[in-house]
Amino acid sequence: MIQYDKFTLDNGLRVLVHEDKSTPMAVLNVLYDVGAKDESFDKTGFAHLFEHLMFGGSKNIPSYDEPLQVAGGENNAFTTNDLTNYYCQLPAENIETAFWLESDRMLSLAFSKKSLEVQRKVVCEEFKEHYITKPYGDVWHKMRELAYTTHPYRWMTIGASLKHVEDATLEDVKAFFYKHYTPSNAILVVAGNIETAQMKVLAEKWFGSIPAGEKYNRQLPVEPKQNASRFLEVKSNVPLDALYKCWHMPARMDDRYYASELISDILGGGGSSRLFQSLVKEKQLFSNIDCYHFGSTDAGLMTIEGKIVKGVNIKDAENALMEEIKKLVENGISTTELEKVKNKAESALAFEDMSLMNRASNIAMYENLGEAELINTELSKYQAVTADELLQQARIIFDDNNCNTMHYLSNN
Amino acid sequence: MNRKIAPQIKDAVDYTLALKPYEHYQLNNGIQVYSIDAGAQDVIQLEMVFYAGNCYDKLKGIAAATNFLLKNGTTNKTAFQINEAFDYYGGYCNRACYNETSVVTLHSLSKHVDKLLPILHEMLTDSVFLQQELDIYKQNTKQRLKVNLQKAEFVAGRLIDSYIYGEQHPYGVYTKPLDIDALNIEACKAFYQEYYVNGNCTIFVSGKMPHNFKESLNAVFGQLTVNKKPVIKPINKSIQIEQQKFRIDIDPNSVQGAIRIAMPFPNRHHPDFKKVMVLNTLFGGFFGSRLMSNIREEKGYTYGIYSYIQNHVQESAWVISTEAGKDVSEATIEEVYKEMRILREEKIGDEELLLVRNYMIGGILGELDGPFQIMAKWKNIILNDMDENYFYDSVHEIKSVNADQLMELANKYLRPENFWELVVY
Repeated sequence: MIQYDKFTLDNGLRVLVHEDKSTPMAVLNVLYDVGAKDESFDKTGFAHLFEHLMFGGSKNIPSYDEPLQVAGGENNAFTTNDLTNYYCQLPAENIETAFWLESDRMLSLAFSKKSLEVQRKVVCEEFKEHYITKPYGDVWHKMRELAYTTHPYRWMTIGASLKHVEDATLEDVKAFFYKHYTPSNAILVVAGNIETAQMKVLAEKWFGSIPAGEKYNRQLPVEPKQNASRFLEVKSNVPLDALYKCWHMPARMDDRYYASELISDILGGGGSSRLFQSLVKEKQLFSNIDCYHFGSTDAGLMTIEGKIVKGVNIKDAENALMEEIKKLVENGISTTELEKVKNKAESALAFEDMSLMNRASNIAMYENLGEAELINTELSKYQAVTADELLQQARIIFDDNNCNTMHYLSNN
Repeated sequence: MNRKIAPQIKDAVDYTLALKPYEHYQLNNGIQVYSIDAGAQDVIQLEMVFYAGNCYDKLKGIAAATNFLLKNGTTNKTAFQINEAFDYYGGYCNRACYNETSVVTLHSLSKHVDKLLPILHEMLTDSVFLQQELDIYKQNTKQRLKVNLQKAEFVAGRLIDSYIYGEQHPYGVYTKPLDIDALNIEACKAFYQEYYVNGNCTIFVSGKMPHNFKESLNAVFGQLTVNKKPVIKPINKSIQIEQQKFRIDIDPNSVQGAIRIAMPFPNRHHPDFKKVMVLNTLFGGFFGSRLMSNIREEKGYTYGIYSYIQNHVQESAWVISTEAGKDVSEATIEEVYKEMRILREEKIGDEELLLVRNYMIGGILGELDGPFQIMAKWKNIILNDMDENYFYDSVHEIKSVNADQLMELANKYLRPENFWELVVY
């Protein structure tokens, strides 16, 4: 059980406090409910670029990092298609420094021209490092465009093109800030060797006076049901052919999500999973194969990807993969197999909660999904999944018409 | 309230840091066990460390292959059955091969660990090393290597190590596809017998211990025939390649250069080591470092640039590492040398030095979060043949090293002529 207290400030900021007296540290985590999906199609990559700019100084404080480091702290942030999360960890006695820094940048950024110029370049280098230089680096760029016709999951967090990042202006930055970085669009979690009563005082003191702003009302286009399979062939300077297949799956808060998660583990979770055993070990068609999804808030993609053994025809490998899928949707799974993936889920959840930082960010993520208490009820939801539900869900997901396939072929 | 004024802080340097002591005991056969019973979650981590790393290779890559295949079949269980046995109870069994040591690690819910220990025992006493398993390993390792060889950062990492240690040295050696072809079952079996079955094992266990865990460990592992061997094999000294500057093109269309600048550096026992850790932090060891502030935050040449001392036991290296835009790679290197010069010529100011001290102490406090992390500190100390004084002396150096000493160290080490320099495009 992970204990926490929750209260809401008058400006709409939700605050959750998790006490842990076994550590000398404290973590302050601020989640903003804005991600790449809130961008306009012609200005992608903005939520992430903006995350960089949040470190370029705020209204009253020229540098975010330095005062935090002086206080013995460390911080980082990440952006996904759904959200942007900032966290810092520091000795618990110095927690007020984190309140001071985080509240000032929620109040207003400095909007420095220099910071925008430099961070545009930094993000372009990040783009190159992760998505251009690496073999297979553009796979998700192409796959998202294939699988989503309408929903803004169509583009990656880093952006659809370098150009969008290069063209960002200070006006764009300001507009984005005032639209999304408001108290009512944020969740604050404080965790560690602290007291709830004292955190209430500090939250009021530093965040209470920030104007509520206008509540952002998200209205995203819904992805229509896919009615026919889609296929893309890519040729690229890579050493091995690779196969990628994606099927639309339920959203994170859908009850059927848990069965879907267990399906991915049955197929691709480690050494005893079906795909690894059959296709890598027995038939030796793939040198590696994985089944996963991103746990996205809106309807996501169940993904299977693998590299083909040199000399094997990708179509033969794909047929063998589809044989395994067919076995699953025709015969379902045994009680032992179900028990196994549930035990794995229990273990994964326990290990995830080991670090204070994870607990803090998980509380924020669950609260953002609708209810922090999910952190304590997740396990029972996995445990409640029956073999029959899992089979029904597998049949819905692995429908041919719901499938997107990419052959990423070596051109040498 | 004035938002321009920072709240009062307690300087991290005023903290007293304590490393929670381990419990130490021996199994019947002399295996040393280090244990930390702590944590809120009902989970446990068991690490079995063998002196079976790649410096014992008689055939290139055999230590790594043997380590990998430990989980791929015993007399009574196939690889699939072993995996399933761990997976069924939500356990994770990993293995890894380093230079001196190799490790078999088990992560498990505390309530299930007793059921998983016998499987580890089977792997460590009765592995069979099937030809087919080795063939699959070779094929998939070669495929992975092929992909990696197209990544500039992977190629750069291998080459720089070979320049500063020499290709004959365990820290500088790297695997080629032909080496993988040459691996064979007999060599695996022989390596297994010598370095696992009759090798040297130390156990590190941390997390929430189940009842009578000491007895469980002894019942399962107390009869192993390990511990017949002396410990670390002394290895030949590194030999550096003569040429010091390299530019290598693996992709004519590349948009970045993978830059590595490195010099040989002594191990943790050297009297300068702990002070240099402070100098390194200032130079390129954290987000607020000189290199990051200048080359990323001021110029935007890279997504990130770091310097670090490699985590080796017998000798080490001081490395600067970054991926920078192709057109600014040479400018990046110039800036790295410029930052070295500034450290040699200008004394660090009080404010920046306090920032570095506080950051480092805060970092250590944060690293002591939970039993696994505390054990990681101890493991590092024990496997490097040191004691808790290393931890306390390091903390003392962070709090007390002064600007003159840092400048002196910069003059001793941070000289361009000491470094090997490589860009892979």
